[in-house]
Amino acid sequence: MIRPTRRRVLQGLLGTAGALSLAPTLARAATPDDRRFVLLVLRGGMDGLGAIPAHGDPDYREARGAAALPQPGQQDGVVDLDGQFGLHPALGGLLPMWERGHLAIVHATSLPYGARSHFDAQDLLENGTDRPFGAATGWLNRALSASGAPVTAMAMGRGVPLVLRGPSPVTAADPLREQRLGPDLLERIEDLYRGDPLLEPALRAGLRTQDMLATARTSTRLRRADTESAAGVIGGLIAHAEGPRVAVLELSGWDTHTSQDRVLGRQLEAVAGALTGLQEAMGAVWGRTLVLAVSEFGRTVAANGTGGTDHGTAGAVLLAGGAVAGGEVFGRWPGLARRQLVAERDLAATTDLRSVFKGVLAGHLGVREGPLEDDVFPGSREAPPLEGLVRG
Amino acid sequence: MSTREAALAATRFGLGARPGELDAIAGDPRGWLLAQLEPQRPPDPELQGLPPSSVILASLAEQRRASEDGRKALREAQRDAYRGDVSVRCKVAARTDAPFRERLVAFWSNHFTVSAERREVLGLAGAHEREAVRPHAVGRFEDMLVASTRHPAMLAYLDQFKSIGPNSLAGARSGRGLNENLARELLELHTLGVDGGYGQPDVEALAQILTGWSFERRPGRSRRMGDEEVTGRYGFEPRMHEPGTKELLGAYYPGNGEEDGLAALSALAAHPSTAEHVATKLVRHFVADEPPPAAVERVASAFRDSDGDLGVTAAAVVEAPEAWAQGSGKVKTPYDLVLSSARLLGYTDDGRPLAESMGHFGQAPFRAPSPQGWSDRAADWIHPQGVLDRIEWARDVAEASVERIGDVADLAHGALGPLLSRRTLRALRSAAEPTTALALLLASPEFHRR
Repeated sequence: MIRPTRRRVLQGLLGTAGALSLAPTLARAATPDDRRFVLLVLRGGMDGLGAIPAHGDPDYREARGAAALPQPGQQDGVVDLDGQFGLHPALGGLLPMWERGHLAIVHATSLPYGARSHFDAQDLLENGTDRPFGAATGWLNRALSASGAPVTAMAMGRGVPLVLRGPSPVTAADPLREQRLGPDLLERIEDLYRGDPLLEPALRAGLRTQDMLATARTSTRLRRADTESAAGVIGGLIAHAEGPRVAVLELSGWDTHTSQDRVLGRQLEAVAGALTGLQEAMGAVWGRTLVLAVSEFGRTVAANGTGGTDHGTAGAVLLAGGAVAGGEVFGRWPGLARRQLVAERDLAATTDLRSVFKGVLAGHLGVREGPLEDDVFPGSREAPPLEGLVRG
Repeated sequence: MSTREAALAATRFGLGARPGELDAIAGDPRGWLLAQLEPQRPPDPELQGLPPSSVILASLAEQRRASEDGRKALREAQRDAYRGDVSVRCKVAARTDAPFRERLVAFWSNHFTVSAERREVLGLAGAHEREAVRPHAVGRFEDMLVASTRHPAMLAYLDQFKSIGPNSLAGARSGRGLNENLARELLELHTLGVDGGYGQPDVEALAQILTGWSFERRPGRSRRMGDEEVTGRYGFEPRMHEPGTKELLGAYYPGNGEEDGLAALSALAAHPSTAEHVATKLVRHFVADEPPPAAVERVASAFRDSDGDLGVTAAAVVEAPEAWAQGSGKVKTPYDLVLSSARLLGYTDDGRPLAESMGHFGQAPFRAPSPQGWSDRAADWIHPQGVLDRIEWARDVAEASVERIGDVADLAHGALGPLLSRRTLRALRSAAEPTTALALLLASPEFHRR
């Protein structure tokens, strides 16, 4: 009886097992210079060393074993960036961004956490404190509150991820779903809701978002049911004059315990697609946008016995957008010799991930030091903001 | 007045009226509610048909051992157990004639959240509600606290089973240590509450006291230490227990193994902050997002004075005048909305579509995103996409159900009584088709409130 049917604009995005799920969450805030910020949460522990191979490290090939990629110049080889680091070939589409200075990387970075549990680490990634379940709100929501300007946050997708939960009001919408309510029913409902303090404003905001999304959808050439097209719709929404200023996208499927060569390649293609899709859809607004892609932890340096890698510690973070001071790999490289690894298995962290968040929030969204240290990232004095990530 | 009370009893304390229910309870709505607190009330027979957690665990272990791709078979078995539990649970709630009792079970289950978002818990989350929560829903809080803390689902969900005292036998040997997860949530969520007056030293002390509360280990065939079978049932493991005296909230626990844990839970249950915390949550759940202080005080006193009798405490909520006041503003969660719609339409079939609908709205049963459980506040459920989702869903349900029902205006009166507004009634009557009318009813402001 009560079985809803959901027709999606982009079929197949969630079709196959292990496929990618894109559930964007958006927030509108008054941001300095009308900037845009997109947080891309990669759930499952992305292999940072796989995405950004340190092919120039003398121990790279031996340490990675079966997980090592062919050298630059070889077939399916690493796409070199600066002689020391490169891109996984599936991220090759981002090379133009790197060359234009719109792509940066922070490598060997992790949360202050080493127990390798997805559940705990993802919570820590989003709560902004120094321990899992340390807060019921997220650092990004708290940062929006700290910005001072009135914030109406729009969340898109099924739920609001922790990072966007908190005192700043968050609303929800799904950009991939067309609103299918007939005009007659809608009109009658609007009548019924008139004067209702909860339902009327929510309905009105929902319909307004749907209108903006419809515009974004028609202007995005939906070639295939893929992440790039989905990102295009979201990009169009964010770039819209009345659209949200802050967005959170989620991509899962990174937990590559087996068959990493196949799975990681597909995942990274989607990331490249998401970033280029956003760039294309946002047009001039890309110039004042910063996209930050993070994962809860990295993976083991060496391959395991099933063609994959296991949960690790430090990983890599990507920053993309016109607001990025790009063309550089930030962070001190700890090395891949066995004695340089954590427990002889994981890449060691030389930058606290919170330093990256703080550097972006301060440099791009103008969040002041006081609130940043006291409210947004309490207990993080030992992780100073990472400078130089944001242009200007 | 009594029909308005009947409507409030069914809506605010229940799961929405089934056809004819309002007339049946109009004589004594409060009495109807209080009668549902009867401790001896037998649970729905459908629940008896579900396997206990020991059986589920045994079959899960079997799956993993027996098949070649053990992990995959295990996941399938867990999913089957989850689906079975969820389906029955929704069916029971849709057809129950004790909806207040069901609301209380759901409330306490949410208070002691175990979530299948953690894969290990998937097959057991329903069993936790059946075994640790339901039997004590109108019993003693302390009994529910102990049952929940010891349940395999909770031991797994909050990592308790692997918490080892650093100076215990197992700790000294393995170098592994304490896991504070359960201890912290016990204090923050289950008993005192986040402002209840405890500190980090108390969290550590409680974690130490609870070491040994783990999965039962039986000697393996070889009878050598280390070769043991973990049954998955609760068992106190002395080798994991941290020796020595601990101080928790100003009281000393001398290192008496399992007894210390029971004594600690008893002390937490009796702590004045626990009464306050529990009362606040109950009043927020049934009365208003901003709990009126007078109601909280009344309920907290009832809890305290009855030594944590949850039936007496629930009765105090019923007796609170604030609960019967106009316009509390409580909004139906997806759980409430789906079930009240099912009840309105006389739906008594398989519960699975109901569970799927809840999941569609982001409230899949036993899948709360964190130990905090599902929110009880309107803003977390009524947001722009949420409202559009609800309206679309109402339209879809109306399309699927319109043939089974008679006149929509009559249905509306039957479900909402005097809570039905003139404006909504007019809208129902002026709708061109019954499908539209039914959709309007299911999407109406009155139907989204409880």
